[in-house]
Amino acid sequence: MKTWSRVAWGFGLLVVCGVAVVGALNVQDETNVKTTAAFAPSDSLIERGAYLARAGNCMTCHTARGGASYAGGLGMATPFGIVYTSNLTPDANTGIGNWSSAHFWRAMHNGRSKDGRLLYPAFPYTSYTQITRADSDAIYSFLRSQPAVKQPNRPHSLDFPFNTQAALAVWRALYFRPGVYQLDASRNAEWNQGAYLVNGLGHCSACHAPRDALGGTPDRLALSGGLIPMQNWYAPSLISPHEAGMQQWEIENIVGLLRTGVAPGASVSGPMAAVVTGSTQHLSPPDLKAMASYLKALPAANVPHQVAAVPRLDGAVFNAAAAVKLYEQHCAQCHGANGEGVAGAYPPLAGNRAVTLKSTVNLVQLVLGGGYAPATAGNPRPFGMPPFVLVLSDQEVAGVISHIRASWGNQASAVTPLEVNRIRAGQAK
Amino acid sequence: MKMTRLRSLACHLAAPAFFICSVLIACTTMARAAAPFEDTMAQRTLACTACHGSQGRAAADGYYPRLAGKPAGYLYHQLLNFREGRRHYGLMTQLIDPLTDAYLLEIAQYFSNLDLPYPAPAPVQAPAEVLRLGQQLVMQGDASRKLPACVQCHGQAMTGVAPHIPGLLGLPRDYLNAQLGAWKAGQRRAHLPDCMNTVVARLSLSDINAVASWIAAQPLPANSRPATALPAWPPGLDTMQCGSAPVSSGSPGSPNLPGLPGLKAQK
Repeated sequence: MKTWSRVAWGFGLLVVCGVAVVGALNVQDETNVKTTAAFAPSDSLIERGAYLARAGNCMTCHTARGGASYAGGLGMATPFGIVYTSNLTPDANTGIGNWSSAHFWRAMHNGRSKDGRLLYPAFPYTSYTQITRADSDAIYSFLRSQPAVKQPNRPHSLDFPFNTQAALAVWRALYFRPGVYQLDASRNAEWNQGAYLVNGLGHCSACHAPRDALGGTPDRLALSGGLIPMQNWYAPSLISPHEAGMQQWEIENIVGLLRTGVAPGASVSGPMAAVVTGSTQHLSPPDLKAMASYLKALPAANVPHQVAAVPRLDGAVFNAAAAVKLYEQHCAQCHGANGEGVAGAYPPLAGNRAVTLKSTVNLVQLVLGGGYAPATAGNPRPFGMPPFVLVLSDQEVAGVISHIRASWGNQASAVTPLEVNRIRAGQAK
Repeated sequence: MKMTRLRSLACHLAAPAFFICSVLIACTTMARAAAPFEDTMAQRTLACTACHGSQGRAAADGYYPRLAGKPAGYLYHQLLNFREGRRHYGLMTQLIDPLTDAYLLEIAQYFSNLDLPYPAPAPVQAPAEVLRLGQQLVMQGDASRKLPACVQCHGQAMTGVAPHIPGLLGLPRDYLNAQLGAWKAGQRRAHLPDCMNTVVARLSLSDINAVASWIAAQPLPANSRPATALPAWPPGLDTMQCGSAPVSSGSPGSPNLPGLPGLKAQK
């Protein structure tokens, strides 16, 4: 009996302590929202805010397809359910018309809504917390200058227990610490500006960092690549020389990729195309150069290239001769008989890291769905690839991809029809 | 002697046969071997023609409609409708998602400017009374239901009216049925005010089938280009407002649409 009660007391104490710790971690660096500063933004502040909103790519998520800009309503599928983005227009009842700049800052810096609710990190405040109050105020001023749209926020559709504030508090205690970016005195101003943009508003880690089972990115700053949950696109590592590490690239080509969506031998696709169209193509040359310098200076990971241990042109998986024929029939016209591509139009396949990437989801996505490079001011009339989802079977897609991954000097593992089928069915592993 | 003559005959025959075969083989190889890269719109739109048929002449299966020669404003609006969720086809939306309005307009103009012959319509497989109803609805409409005739907007020759209103001919019955059904189900929408939505709401499913069956059986007229002006609106019939095609009342169209500079009827 005595032991029982001691255990119960101990357990109770543990729970109380746990709750206290989680609670304390959730109000770290808390913002005082009671301050009532006068709101009279200058035109230049609004303009600065418009630019920063581009840098943060706010509009891409806070606008539903075909909907009013910044009025929210876009459903973001997560492994825990659907999170709907909120209305950021200055409508008093449904938008942020009744928010002060302090409320907005608290959302960006602390990840809490006007009413104090904890926000879901699909809103990447885990990154935005790095931005300065001045930049937050500029974005706030810009949003307040936009036309008000009356559009009530749609409630999230999340599974239990993820739909509770308690679960969110625990998640935040594990993965979130508020904190403005601190200058690294050992680096120059350009590198620091790049770090500020990449890790703050750019929120590159939202995709380019690996996520754990709870959707956290504990290793956020490493940018070592990650599968984007639910979207079935892999955001390649920005530190691996075998993925999208840019340590060996010329600065101007990194800038070019972010500004135009294409670079010699490379182009962006999938979710990154939306990043280029919605955000990076609008950034100033100095800011792009700063981001490029920071990305180039990321310490390269010392990872061996995974040379195909898996059978390559293996008759059991697919017929090699058939794959070669499929390549000639469907791919060679644009990508060349030897995977050399056409400069300025079609990326080469020989020696292309996007082709030999360990994760094959992007390749399968591209072959099934086709796609255009993003149309940008720097590349306004891109060339496109047709979808093959209705033309080729899983077996054929697997065969032709395995063929290009093992030809013209490429040495990467084969793709199985099952992997193709998973993407076709929208369930990448 | 006989043998020699035979052999010589064989040789005489073999040479041209060999020549013909070589040409045939050369042709097939040329067709299969890569067309050389060209910095053209045809090259840029290979992603479109993979499904919509060579030069946008329509796919064999009937579900990927012809693009060639359709009014540019119509094609442009459809591209916007797919990108902005008023029409639904995942592959289309995904494909054009990263493209700008300006580029979509250029793509629309490119296909619109292609003046290519149409194939003959597929043979009709519908009872005579169905076709009669279809013809009546298309050509006269039904005043008792406030239903304008299709030709009232789509042109007396049903070849459309430049730059915004599509022609109705050269489309298979399956496609027409699918589209009219999608309007009725709210799956296909246009810029507000959505006049097609209003019209189709007044059609029953059997009306739709009749209209689709009759239209699909009509051959193209000698001049298959879109008309340049709308027929006069019949007195007594309520006028209609179309967001994506200012029609009877000269409405300015949806204000958020960029203008279509230089979009006039071709030819």
